[in-house]
Amino acid sequence: MLQVIAPDGAVIRPDLLPDPATRLHLYRQMRRARHFDERGWVLYRQGRLGVFPPFGGMEASQVGTAAALTKDDWLFPTYRDTGAALTLGLPIARTLAYWRTSPHGWHMPADLKVLPFYIPIATQYPQAVGAALAEQRRGTRNVAMAFIGDGGSSEGDFHEALNFAGALNAPCVFILQNNGWAISVPTRHQTRATDLSRRADGYGIPGVRVDGNDALATYHVTREAVERARSGGGPTLIETVTYRIKPHTVADDPTRYRTDADNAGWDAKDPVTRLRVHLLAEGLMTEASEADLLADIAAEFEAALAEADSYPEPTPAEILDHVFAEPTPQLKKQREEILAEHVAQTQAAQGHKEQA
Amino acid sequence: MSAPTTPAPHPTTHRTMTMVAAINDALDVALGADNTVHIFGEDVGVMGGVFRATDGLQAKYGEARVFDTPLAEAGIVGMGIGMGLAGLKPIAEIQFAGFLYPALDQILSHLGRFRHRTRSRYHLPMVIRAPYGGGVHTPEQHADSPEAILAHTPGVKVVIPSTPTDAKGLLLSAINDPDPVFFFEPIKLYRSTKEDVPVGDYRIPIGKARLVTQGDDVTVICYGGMVEVAQKAAAAAQAAGIGVEVIDLRTLVPMDTDTVLASVAKTGRAVIVTEAPRTAGFHSEIAAVIAEEAIEHLRAPIVRVTGYDAPYPPFTAVEDVYRPNPVRVAKAIRQVMNY
Repeated sequence: MLQVIAPDGAVIRPDLLPDPATRLHLYRQMRRARHFDERGWVLYRQGRLGVFPPFGGMEASQVGTAAALTKDDWLFPTYRDTGAALTLGLPIARTLAYWRTSPHGWHMPADLKVLPFYIPIATQYPQAVGAALAEQRRGTRNVAMAFIGDGGSSEGDFHEALNFAGALNAPCVFILQNNGWAISVPTRHQTRATDLSRRADGYGIPGVRVDGNDALATYHVTREAVERARSGGGPTLIETVTYRIKPHTVADDPTRYRTDADNAGWDAKDPVTRLRVHLLAEGLMTEASEADLLADIAAEFEAALAEADSYPEPTPAEILDHVFAEPTPQLKKQREEILAEHVAQTQAAQGHKEQA
Repeated sequence: MSAPTTPAPHPTTHRTMTMVAAINDALDVALGADNTVHIFGEDVGVMGGVFRATDGLQAKYGEARVFDTPLAEAGIVGMGIGMGLAGLKPIAEIQFAGFLYPALDQILSHLGRFRHRTRSRYHLPMVIRAPYGGGVHTPEQHADSPEAILAHTPGVKVVIPSTPTDAKGLLLSAINDPDPVFFFEPIKLYRSTKEDVPVGDYRIPIGKARLVTQGDDVTVICYGGMVEVAQKAAAAAQAAGIGVEVIDLRTLVPMDTDTVLASVAKTGRAVIVTEAPRTAGFHSEIAAVIAEEAIEHLRAPIVRVTGYDAPYPPFTAVEDVYRPNPVRVAKAIRQVMNY
């Protein structure tokens, strides 16, 4: 399992260290992601965010991988990959809107090829193959990156996608975040396999196992995979070995299915702390410059929250929008029904108010 | 004496084709007109498909545009979704409609709702072609009629032709539609009839039913493989003095309710024919629309002639029991006449 820096920040592979600017960029992105995760919990408890899946502790797995892409590449995130989406440039306000159940969270920026968070498991893997193949057919050098968890790798779509990508030589990078748990089911009950990266062998494509809490390692292997895909070398499966320290969602109670012993040791492997200690030790960051960075990030988040707060709620008939390019006669009729019902209810409410 | 002259050939605007040839012709036109069109599936390349619907297309357009995939339907549809997201026009062939089921997750979770869940930032101009239906003594799972599952899926269109001309015209409309379209091809009719089909880019709009025969007494609503069955029953009824109006829906989603309701308003009687299982089939939707919108015109209860609530039987000797035939349709016509 590849590591570039140890949990205590010490350099293990000096030959693989990215340049200082990249290391600082990765730290900034991990901090942005963690800030979202931490503020998200608070907002949820305040009733200002809906149920969302936290990802704190998995920042290196998401940021180090997504940072290897450019804006011309595709990103297919699962519901737990907010950190990856933010890294590629998904606006915080849109992300908050998504987890607030607002349709404004479904409006993706036109300059970004990041798909909405996928709720069904593994279905996005074959789709990433198709997007990658389309880029290849159109003669670009763009790639597609798709995320999945260890539980998702049990799904048939995972295996079909790896097989398709290999057989069709699609420029695709598959990230398998092995975070130990599929809600309550530990990986050992999910599969008898112990090294999930070796699943790539069955499809004739490279498989790489990397410390998923080491952002410099995840960045290194993903950049190699992206370069290979861009230059026609085909797909790669990358297993990032990490841990879901937090519950499955903010509404989940993990004490029902796991013990302190399960979690033991993972705090010491925290990806943000690991890179922080390294940057401070190398003199690339000072406590003062870090304080400025954190202030920047907090301000950016609060501005985005204000923007999300300003998004209007949808009107009732909007639920029928965007089904087809042109609404069918049936949809037009149903729209009239909703509008009439809305008017009737509004009038009834007014009448009730007047009576009172 | 002057030498006999050969008459100048008429400009050819039509060519005689079977339905499968008309489908091949439509695919050829689409590939030739738009280089974002890509065809893929199992055996569609060198082999030209198990029914030869893609015959010769790989040789003409190359392996990048017409290609074989691994044998996995979820992968085929899922990959097609990704291709559509990234700006191509994917046309997937599912070898038999009864093999569509492994891909239902991709269809129900994504294909139908991608426009909705991205507020039209992405749309999927994808066509999924699948031979469907019985009547040709196929093995298990080769004769299913799963159209109701798709018709019940928001965001996808469902088209089922019953003639070579319709197959070509509707398929080209499907390929040029901005939204996903399921195109079910009745296996029974692939090669059983020929007709003169317009050459070139010929289109029939999606969502318009076809009046097959006119009559004042009974409306028979059907589509796909059941149209010829209904026509035979209508001819027999006509001989007995009953005027039967046969409507070929052509498109289940969106359904042309206006044509159905206008006919039922005229005849006051409705028989609906499909070869799908009885419970919760698309025929039930048609019956519900008539009941909701035209019940005051009805002179008899609506009658459905359908398959049964059992898997389609691959038993040649009794297949015809399951699949509606002209005798059963004629009986239903008599039933609504004699009510």
